[in-house]
Amino acid sequence: MAYGMLAAGLVVGGWEAYRRWFGPWLGAEGNEVGTVLGWKILPRTSANLAMPPVEQMIDELTKPEVRGSSTAVWQAVLEATLMSLWLAFAALVLGAVVGLGVAIAMSRFKIVQRGLMPYLVISQTIPLIALAPLTVTWGGEISFFGFEWQKWTSAVVLGAFLSFFPLAIGATRGFASPTPAALELMESYASSWWSTWRRLRLPSAVPFLLPALRLAGSAAVFGVVVSEISVGYTEGIGYLTLNYLGEGTARPAKVFSAVLGTIALGLLMATAVGALDRFLGRRRPTQELV
Amino acid sequence: MSEQQPAVHAADLEKVFNIGRPTQVEALVGVTLDVQPGEFVSLIGPSGCGKSTLLRLIADLLEPTAGELAVNGKSARQARLDQDYGMAFQQSGLFDWRSVAKNIELPLELKGWDKAKRRARSKEMLELVRLGDRGSSMPWQLSGGQQQRIAIARALAAHPPLLLMDEPFGALDEMTREHMQSELLRICSETHTTVVFVTHSIPEAVYLSDRVVVMSPGPGRITQIIDVRLGDQRDDDTREATEFYQKITEVREALRGSELGAAARGIEDR
Repeated sequence: MAYGMLAAGLVVGGWEAYRRWFGPWLGAEGNEVGTVLGWKILPRTSANLAMPPVEQMIDELTKPEVRGSSTAVWQAVLEATLMSLWLAFAALVLGAVVGLGVAIAMSRFKIVQRGLMPYLVISQTIPLIALAPLTVTWGGEISFFGFEWQKWTSAVVLGAFLSFFPLAIGATRGFASPTPAALELMESYASSWWSTWRRLRLPSAVPFLLPALRLAGSAAVFGVVVSEISVGYTEGIGYLTLNYLGEGTARPAKVFSAVLGTIALGLLMATAVGALDRFLGRRRPTQELV
Repeated sequence: MSEQQPAVHAADLEKVFNIGRPTQVEALVGVTLDVQPGEFVSLIGPSGCGKSTLLRLIADLLEPTAGELAVNGKSARQARLDQDYGMAFQQSGLFDWRSVAKNIELPLELKGWDKAKRRARSKEMLELVRLGDRGSSMPWQLSGGQQQRIAIARALAAHPPLLLMDEPFGALDEMTREHMQSELLRICSETHTTVVFVTHSIPEAVYLSDRVVVMSPGPGRITQIIDVRLGDQRDDDTREATEFYQKITEVREALRGSELGAAARGIEDR
C-alpha cells in the first residue's frame, strides 16, 4: 500500500515536472535537446492542452458532466467503471471456463494439443476491432431461452477471447507438471484419468494458474474496454473515454478523469485476482506472488 | 510356507525396451524369482542392472516382453487393479496441497472408502509410524525422514500384502537412514507385509533382508541370490556383529564377481 502511494506520487511528480519545466524548456527557441538528426523525439508541451495539470483533472471530476446536468463527472466515471468491471469479470469467468476446457482437452488427448495449439496462437493475432463487428452480426442471429444478444454480450465475448489464452497455456503447462513418480503413484492405485486429473494434475497446476490468471485479468479488462468502442456499447468506461476525448479542446483534462476510471478498473481486477491468489496459496509452501 | 502362493512369482521374465530400433536395450533377461509371503527381499546391483525395471514390472507400471509373472497368484495387472501392493519411492512424493493425514488417505479415497473409515485408518497408520500428532501438518513442515515415514504409511494404508520400495531411504542422511531401517523392520513385522526393496547400499540390503538378489547389467539379470536372515531381533548390535560383516563381504564379492564377468565379456566382444 505504502509502495503503491509512493509509485502514484512519483507518477504525478514526473508528470508535473515534465509539464511545467522540461516540456516548455524543450520547446524554447533554439533548444536542440530532444532533437536528433532533425527528428523531434521528445514532445514539447507549451500549452495545457497536451498535458493538463493534475489539479485540473481532479477539479474536473467534481464538475457537471455537461453544462446544466445534475450528474458530476466522477459519478458518470464511477458508474461506467463499475459497468465495465462487471463485464470484465464476466469475460474473465467465461475465458477461464473456455481456457480450462481447452487445456483439459489438450492434456487428455495429445492429438488435440498438436492440432489445436497453432490455432490458439493464431487466434491471438486477429485484431479485436476486426472481430468486434462480426460478433455483433453473428450474435444478432442468436437467441435462446428468451435471451437476446446484446452489445454488452459482444464485449464480454471479446474480453473472454483475449483472456482464455493465457489460462489455456498456463493450465496446459500446469496439468503436465506432475513428476513421473507422482503419476506412477496414481497409476499404481489404478486411478482413472479423471481421478488423477482431479487429485493430482489440477492441484499441481495451481502455481501455473495464478500468474496466468493475472494476465487473463488484465486481458479481460483490456478486451472489454476496447471492444466497447468497437461494438458501440455506450455505458462502459471505454466508450466514455472516447466521448470525453471528443471534448479535448474545450475540456482537455476531462478525458483524464475517464483514464482514472480505467486505472481503477485495472486495480480492482488485480486486487480481486490477488485475493484469489492468497486464498489458493494459503496452505502451500512459501510461494512468491508473480 | 511352501503350501502358500508366492507373493511374487517370476519365471524367465524378460523386458526389452525400444524393440527393433537402434536404441534397443535388453533391460532384463531370464529373471526367475519367487518371493514368499512375509519375506523381505532386496534387489541390489550397479545402475543399469534392471532392478528398478523388475520392481516396475511387478507393479505393472511396465509390461514384460516375455515370461511369466504373478503377484499374489494373479496377473500383475489384476494385482494393481486390486491395489494388492503399496509403493514408496526415493522421493517421498507426498502431495504438497494435502495435509499429512489426507496424504495417507489418498489410496483409501481411490478405493472408495467413506470419510469416517479413512480418518480412523489414517490415525492408525500415523500411530504405526510414530507421528501420531502430525496428521494436520502439511508435508513441507516435516523433516525428510518424517516425510518418508508418511510415504510408508501411505503405501501401507490399505493394508496391502506386498510393499514395493525403490531406494526409499536413498536421499536420507546416514543416521536417519539407520533409524528408518529399524522402523521399517518393526512396521513390517507388525503388519506381516512382504517387501521387495531396491537399494544401492550393501549394508542396508544385508541388515533388512531375508534374501539379497544380486543383479548385473548388460543385459540386466540375476547373478546370485544370497541368504542372509540375521534373525528376527535385529538392532544396533546386529550392525556390529561379525555375521553382519561376513554377509556384507559375501554380497560385495558377488557384486564384484558380476562386474568382473561383465568386463570380461566386454573384452571378448571386441
